[in-house]
Amino acid sequence: MSPTFTAWTVLALPLAGTILLALGGRGWRGVGAGIVGTATIALAFVFSVLTLIGLLDRDAEGGRQIASSLWTYASSGGVEVRMEILVDPLSVIMLLVVTGVSTLIHLYSLAYMRGDEGYPRFFAYLNFFVFSMLLLVLAGNFFLLIAGWAFVGAASYMLISYWYRRTTATAAGIKAFVINVVGDVGLVLGAILLLRHTGTVDFLETFAAAEDTFAGSGSGSEGSLTVALLLLMIGAFAKSAQLPLHTWLADAMEGPTPVSSLIHAATMVTAGVYLIARLNPLMELAPTAQVVGAVIGLLTLLVAGTIGLTQTDLKRVIAYSTMSQIGYMIMAVSAGAYVAGMFHLTTHAFFKAMLFMAAGSLIAAMAGEQSLDRMRGFRKAMPFTYGAFVIGGLALAGVPPFSGFFSKDEILAAMAGEGGWMWILVIGGYLGAFLTAIYTWRMIFRAFWGPPCPEAQELEDGRLYHAPDHRNPATGELEDTHVGFPGPEHHIAERALPMRIAMGGLAVLASVGGLLGIPKVLTPMEDFLLDPVFAERGLHHPSDTIIVVGMVVGTLIAVAGIYVAYVIWGRPAQEGRESTAISSGWQERFPRLHRLFVNKWWFDELIHATIVAPARWLGRFFHDTFDRLVVGAGLVGGTTGTVRGASALVRRMQSGYLRGYSAVLLAGLAAVLVYFLAQS
Amino acid sequence: MSIGWFLAVSALIFIIGAAGLLTRRHPLMILLCLELMLNAGNLAIVAFARMHGAAEGHVFALVVMVVAAAEVAIGLGIVVALYRNRVAVDADELRELHG
Repeated sequence: MSPTFTAWTVLALPLAGTILLALGGRGWRGVGAGIVGTATIALAFVFSVLTLIGLLDRDAEGGRQIASSLWTYASSGGVEVRMEILVDPLSVIMLLVVTGVSTLIHLYSLAYMRGDEGYPRFFAYLNFFVFSMLLLVLAGNFFLLIAGWAFVGAASYMLISYWYRRTTATAAGIKAFVINVVGDVGLVLGAILLLRHTGTVDFLETFAAAEDTFAGSGSGSEGSLTVALLLLMIGAFAKSAQLPLHTWLADAMEGPTPVSSLIHAATMVTAGVYLIARLNPLMELAPTAQVVGAVIGLLTLLVAGTIGLTQTDLKRVIAYSTMSQIGYMIMAVSAGAYVAGMFHLTTHAFFKAMLFMAAGSLIAAMAGEQSLDRMRGFRKAMPFTYGAFVIGGLALAGVPPFSGFFSKDEILAAMAGEGGWMWILVIGGYLGAFLTAIYTWRMIFRAFWGPPCPEAQELEDGRLYHAPDHRNPATGELEDTHVGFPGPEHHIAERALPMRIAMGGLAVLASVGGLLGIPKVLTPMEDFLLDPVFAERGLHHPSDTIIVVGMVVGTLIAVAGIYVAYVIWGRPAQEGRESTAISSGWQERFPRLHRLFVNKWWFDELIHATIVAPARWLGRFFHDTFDRLVVGAGLVGGTTGTVRGASALVRRMQSGYLRGYSAVLLAGLAAVLVYFLAQS
Repeated sequence: MSIGWFLAVSALIFIIGAAGLLTRRHPLMILLCLELMLNAGNLAIVAFARMHGAAEGHVFALVVMVVAAAEVAIGLGIVVALYRNRVAVDADELRELHG
C-alpha cells in the first residue's frame, strides 16, 4: 500500500464514522456509538502508522514528500484547485499525534460520557472533529487547508456548546466561533494575497515559486509576503489562542472534559503551530513576520502563565497552561526552531491530554464541582489520578527525564544558540518555565495534599459522592440531567477500565516521549523531519555548552518552581499558621498585581470596550436611524403605503351589487356598439 | 323575408332581457332574463347562418344551448341553496364580497 493510499484511508475513516453515527441518531443503544466511534479512530491510527512505515520505506533524499490528488475541484483563470493531500514527515507526525491521542480520548469518553443523554451525538461530533483536523493537516493546498480550518472551528463550536441547555456553554461556544472566524478571515485573505503573487494555491508550487516571486529586490512584493504571512498568522493566533485572540480558550472549558482534552489541549489549538511550520519556506523570506510571531508567542506564554497562577477553576488553570505552552511552540516555529516546536507540540499533546483526563476524574469525584477552593486531600482517595497528575505535572514543569523537559529545553537552547535579540525570548522562556512549575504544582498541592475534603473522605470510605442537586459549576444555577445538560452519572477514571487504559497510555508516553529528541544522542524526529520539510532552513544547532547549560538551568528552574509551590501551598498547616497564609499575604501585599492576574489582564474587558461595545453601539445607532427611518419607514412603509392607497381607490368600484356589475357590462357593450356604428 | 326582421326581433328580445337583468332583483328572474339574452343571440346567429347557407352557425347555436342548460342547472342550484339559507332571496343583499 502506498503512503498516499493509506493517508486517504486515514482521512476517510473518521468521516465514515461521523456519517454512520449521525445517521444512526437515537437508534444507537448503550455504548454502541462509543465503540463505533473509537474503533474508526483506532483504525485511522493503524493506517497512520502504515503511512509512516510507507514513508520510511522511501528514499530519504527527496522521496518523502508526496502530493496526491483525486480530482480537480475547480479550474479557473489559470489556477487549478485540486482535491489534494500532501504526505510528508510533517503531516505524518501530525497524523500520528492526532489519531493517536484521539483514540485514547475516544476510549476515555466511552466511559466518561456514559450517563449522558446525547451519547451518540457526542461521538458523531468527536469523529467529525477528528476528520476536520486530519483534513487540515493533510491538505495539500490552501483551499483544503481553509476547508479543514473552518470545519475544525465548527466542530469546536458544536463540542463546546455540547450541553446546549447550559447558557454559559452556548455563550462560550459562540465566543469561540466568532473569534475563530476572525482568524479564518485572516487566513483566507492571506491565502488570496499569496495566490495573487504566485498564481497557485498548491503548497509545493507556492514554496517553489516563493524564492523567485518574493525574494527579488525592488519588486515591492517582499512587503506583500510579510502582509500575507501576518494575515495567515492571524488565523494561526486565533486557532491557537494567542494574544490578543486568546480569550475564547478559557471559556471553552465549558465543554465536556474529553473535549477540553482533545480539542483544547492536544490537537486543534496546535493547528496554528502546524500552519507556521508548514509555511516555513515562506517564513524564512519574511523576517518581520518571524519576529512578530515570536514576540506574540513570548507575550502569550508570560501572560497566560501569570493568569494561571491565580485561577481557581481547575480546568481553567490547565487551559491557561495550554495557552502558555502553545506560546512556546508559536515562539519556536516563528523564530525558526521548527523541529523543536513540533517536538514540543507532540510531547505537550501527551501530557496535557492526560492532565485534562485526570482533571475529569477529579471533577467526577467532586460531582461536577471544578473549584480548587473546594478540593483538598485527594491523594489517598485517588492514587491513580494522583500519579497521572504528578507525571503530567513533572512533564509540564520540565523536570528530567520527563518528555516536557527535552522539548522545552530544545526550544530555548535553539534560541540561545542563535543569540542576539533572541536572548529576550530565552530569558522570557525561562521565566515562563518558572511560572509553569509554580502554577502546575499549586494545582496539584491544592487538590491532592492536605486533609481530605468531604468528597475525598467519602471516596476513601468506598462511596462515590453525589451532589444533592446538579449545579452549573460556573454560575451555581440548578440544572436537571436531561438531554442538553450533563448526565446524572459520574465515572471516575480510577474505577473505569477504558479511562484507566487511556490515562495509563498517555502517562507512559508523557514519561518517555523525550526519547523522540535527546540532543546529540537520539534524534529520530529531527532526522525524519529535516530533509524534505525543513531542509537547511531554520536555526542552526546550538553548541554543546549551550545545550548542557540550558538543561541544567531548565532543571534548576523547574525544581525551584516546584519548591516555591510546595512552600506556599504544599506545607501542612502548623500551629498558629494557616496553610494559605503565604499566598493570601502576597495577595494583600500586591493587591493591584493580584487583581490584574485574577481578572486575566482585563483582556475580556478590553476587547469588550474596544470592539464589542462600539460594534453594539453602532448596530443600535443604525437600527434606530437608518433601519427604522429609511428601511422601515421609507422603503418598506412607502411601498406598502402606495399599494394600500391605490387599492383603496380601486376597491370602491367593487360594490358587490350584481346589477351594478351587469349595468357596467352592458354600458361597455353599448359603447363598443356605438363606436362601431359611428365608424361604419 | 329580409334579414332585418330577424335581427330586429333578436335585438328586441335582447333588450327585454337586458332591461329585466337590470331591474329585477330576484335571482330566478335574473336567470330567466339571461336566458332571453342568450336566445336572442341564438336567433341572430341562426338567421345569419341561413343567410349564408352555412352550417357553422347552427352548430354554434347548439353549443350556446348546451352552455345555457349547464348555466341554468348551476344557477338554479345556487338559487335553491340560497333559498334554504336565507328564505328571502334578493340579489342586492348578496354583496358580502364587496370591496
